[in-house]
Amino acid sequence: MGASQSARTEHEFQDLADRTGFSLEQIGNLNKRFRQLSKNEQTLSRQDLASISALDNNPLRAQIINAFFDKRNLRQNEVGTVQVIGFEEFLMVMSHFRPAAMHITEEEREKLRREKLRFVFNMHDTDSDGTITLEEYRRAVEELLSKAGTIGQETAKAIADAAMLEVASTTRGKMEPDEFYEGITFENFLQILKTLDIETRMHVRFLNMDTATMRCGK
Amino acid sequence: MPAFSCAFPGCRRDLLVIVLVVFVGIGLPIEASAPAYQSHGTEGSYLTNVTNTKKAFPVLAVNYKHVRQPFEIALWILLALLMKLGFHLIPRLSGVVPESCLLIVVGLLVGGLIKVIGEEPPVLDSQLFFLCLLPPIILDAGYFLPIRPFTENVGTILVFAVIGTLWNTFFMGGLLYALCQIESVGLGGVDLLACLLFGSIVSAVDPVAVLAVFEEIHINELVHILVFGESLLNDAVTVVLYNLFEEFAKVGTVTVLDVFLGVVCFFVVSLGGVLVGAIYGFLAAFTSRFTSHTRVIEPLFVFLYSYMAYLSSEMFHLSGIMALIVCGVVMRPYVEANISHKSYTTIKYFLKMWSSVSETLIFIFLGVSTVAGPHAWNWTFVITTVILCLVSRVLGVIGLTFIINKFRIVKLTKKDQFIVAYGGLRGAIAFSLGYLLSNRHQMRNLFLTAIITVIFFTVFVQGMTIRPLVELLAVKKKKESKPSINEEIHTEFLNHLLTGVEGVCGHYGHYHWKEKLNRFNKTYVKRWLIAGENFKEPELIAFYRKMELKQAIMMVESGQLPSALPSTISMQNIQPRAIPRVSKKREEEIRRILRSNLQNNKQKMRSRSYSRHTLFDADEEDNVSEVRLRKTKMEMERRVSVMERRMSHYLTVPANRESPRPGVRRVRFESDNQVFSADSVPTVHFEQPSPPSTPDAVSLEEEVPKRPSLEADIEGPRGNASDNHQGELDYQRLARCLSDPGPNKDKEEDDPFMSC
Repeated sequence: MGASQSARTEHEFQDLADRTGFSLEQIGNLNKRFRQLSKNEQTLSRQDLASISALDNNPLRAQIINAFFDKRNLRQNEVGTVQVIGFEEFLMVMSHFRPAAMHITEEEREKLRREKLRFVFNMHDTDSDGTITLEEYRRAVEELLSKAGTIGQETAKAIADAAMLEVASTTRGKMEPDEFYEGITFENFLQILKTLDIETRMHVRFLNMDTATMRCGK
Repeated sequence: MPAFSCAFPGCRRDLLVIVLVVFVGIGLPIEASAPAYQSHGTEGSYLTNVTNTKKAFPVLAVNYKHVRQPFEIALWILLALLMKLGFHLIPRLSGVVPESCLLIVVGLLVGGLIKVIGEEPPVLDSQLFFLCLLPPIILDAGYFLPIRPFTENVGTILVFAVIGTLWNTFFMGGLLYALCQIESVGLGGVDLLACLLFGSIVSAVDPVAVLAVFEEIHINELVHILVFGESLLNDAVTVVLYNLFEEFAKVGTVTVLDVFLGVVCFFVVSLGGVLVGAIYGFLAAFTSRFTSHTRVIEPLFVFLYSYMAYLSSEMFHLSGIMALIVCGVVMRPYVEANISHKSYTTIKYFLKMWSSVSETLIFIFLGVSTVAGPHAWNWTFVITTVILCLVSRVLGVIGLTFIINKFRIVKLTKKDQFIVAYGGLRGAIAFSLGYLLSNRHQMRNLFLTAIITVIFFTVFVQGMTIRPLVELLAVKKKKESKPSINEEIHTEFLNHLLTGVEGVCGHYGHYHWKEKLNRFNKTYVKRWLIAGENFKEPELIAFYRKMELKQAIMMVESGQLPSALPSTISMQNIQPRAIPRVSKKREEEIRRILRSNLQNNKQKMRSRSYSRHTLFDADEEDNVSEVRLRKTKMEMERRVSVMERRMSHYLTVPANRESPRPGVRRVRFESDNQVFSADSVPTVHFEQPSPPSTPDAVSLEEEVPKRPSLEADIEGPRGNASDNHQGELDYQRLARCLSDPGPNKDKEEDDPFMSC
């Protein structure tokens, strides 16, 4: 690691900062974390993420890990998954969790909402077909309640059904008994979660604060 | 009452107002003249004893002094409530003027009336206020405090409450002292400590006034919780400052040690109040765990433990308001998981009722006390006080927001700041504290007058103008949204997602600690405080059950099967369909049968017996007649449950798998218990040995014989099963055809719908 190395990384960071919107400081910290997780290699694999003990009790563990390797989240307009990700991809995924700036216009706010909701949508839509079917939704709710014991498993299905019903009622209004509602499209998803204020809620606070508080997580 | 027709629309209303006025006119002289009667009465009896003549047996006698005190109290409350009733009959008025203003005006009128009669109008006794009138309002506020916005903004609220109040106190106290130094004002005798004491009384935002005014303007949640939270939490500061300055004023000098002790005192008062509240809260939660057999007294535990918390902390000069709030907040989740639905409703309505009465009485008494109280008017002092109140509030809010916004994600806009500043109303707490000032202070009357003026100004001017200002500035209003299960799911989802991402970042942030707290809560605390097996239930499921319950009750009450509307979306639309449908004719027939059953049952359901001691607890009924009634109920329930299962297509809560002991059954209508513990939620087992072949088949088995969320547990005897078997098999076939694929068919059908 010579001076040239650090100069190169500085330049890279600047480039990344422009593209993802993070500040240089934040990128520096995330880089440290990346190197820690990947054990100083250039890429991160699923096992590296799976070894984080903080995720152990999280019902959404598998989905979160998958989300990092999902090409749709890498802003590349492709589908499918990758096996390993580099630092840039790591940042791309993390950028979904940036908080909204204070003074942004309505359309920027809308754009941010769409971006964040797209991330959540992708997490549900596991077969990448653009709609969340009943089966996928059921699985999502089951995962969510997976730490809740047997009661959770049984109710999950009912809850997912009721939720689907609600989406269908809200977006389609009246349907003939013969019609079939295929699944939740992204536009429907936006509509039903419109009251959730996601642009303010879906953020990780540390990205805003000083790095001195960042601990060496396990 | 002569019967007459209303020639014009307003006459009924006017009549009522006249009646009220007459009532008031009659009621007051009775009270006022009571003391006169009392003395007369005793004199009379003394004379009788001395002369010892035999009187005729008094057939009708008046003994007012016997009932005097309760009579007066009841009369006052009745008057207050009739006034409140009167206002709401005049829509134009209640739309423009907030209720608090009207009540104060009424108080003024009543006070004036009493004075005209020649009696001394009663003043708002501080002890009465602090011990009887204030607690219900605070408990109501604390018990129904919206937790999520409160905890999200707790930092901001604390900053406003503590630092804002301190700033107000010192700014006002200091400037007023400076004012009094000016020779021309003529108030040279007021020293700094007295001014600071005055400042501390008048600077605290009052929860009663804030509640009264903000309730009517439906402002957005953020601003509401900021102002409201501030008004609650500044009690600790007010208590400390008040006591501090009282003590100092007595002594006359202040040392550094005193100041330091003051700071320590603040922490003791606030944290002590919180601790006391938490202890009583946990006690209440623990007690509620055992109340399953004595449902009727459940609400009393909630009220009494909270009141005890308040009194205990007042005893130690800790912050009673904070104790009450914390008690309500702590006990609510556990108590609500344990108590019956009826008790929950009772608690809600009693709290609302008591707080409503208290609020009304407080404002009326404020008006009366204004007429009564000793006044010393000094133009300069009073006007300066009012102006300084406004100025210091605005400056304080702007300054603090500037600092706070650096730490907030959702920044406070200028409009928010304005409402927060403008909504800082003063109220009865300030008055009572002023009234408590001992007569030692030669400025007491002056202070009292100034306090009353400030209160009047804030309640009248600010209270009346805040609504048009909110409209004018187009401040965001409260969103009236129905609880949506999708939102709930995704809120939960986001929580876990963000916790996970925080974990990936290696940052122990907000969500991490929240998650830890939740887990601690679930594994240890809930185990002790929640009855039965309910403690394992995740929040999402509890939410879902509640929603379902509400919808089911609504459906039964409206007497309509949801499928009566052909075009609403039902399970058919979202379930992939691959099985032949049953013929329309058959379906219609079944529907007709079920509907007619429902009509019959609704009538029968209304004629059940009701005893004060046992709310539908079948276990405790020993009477033979009760048994017979129960048998007919069983029959009814069986039919209703068939109907319910049809509805269970839409909303189903799978019953717990384990079959409970057959002896314990509860006859429940409208679901006493909103949470279904493992003991009392049976499944009705049909003799159907088809083994589950796929996961979906298993769920079908549960789904159809599932007990619906609404009511009736069916009594065990298998004999019953045989005659309804046919009906239920039919029903089952229908169910299978219309919803899930049957157990035999799903192997093929499921594949297209299961994504890889």
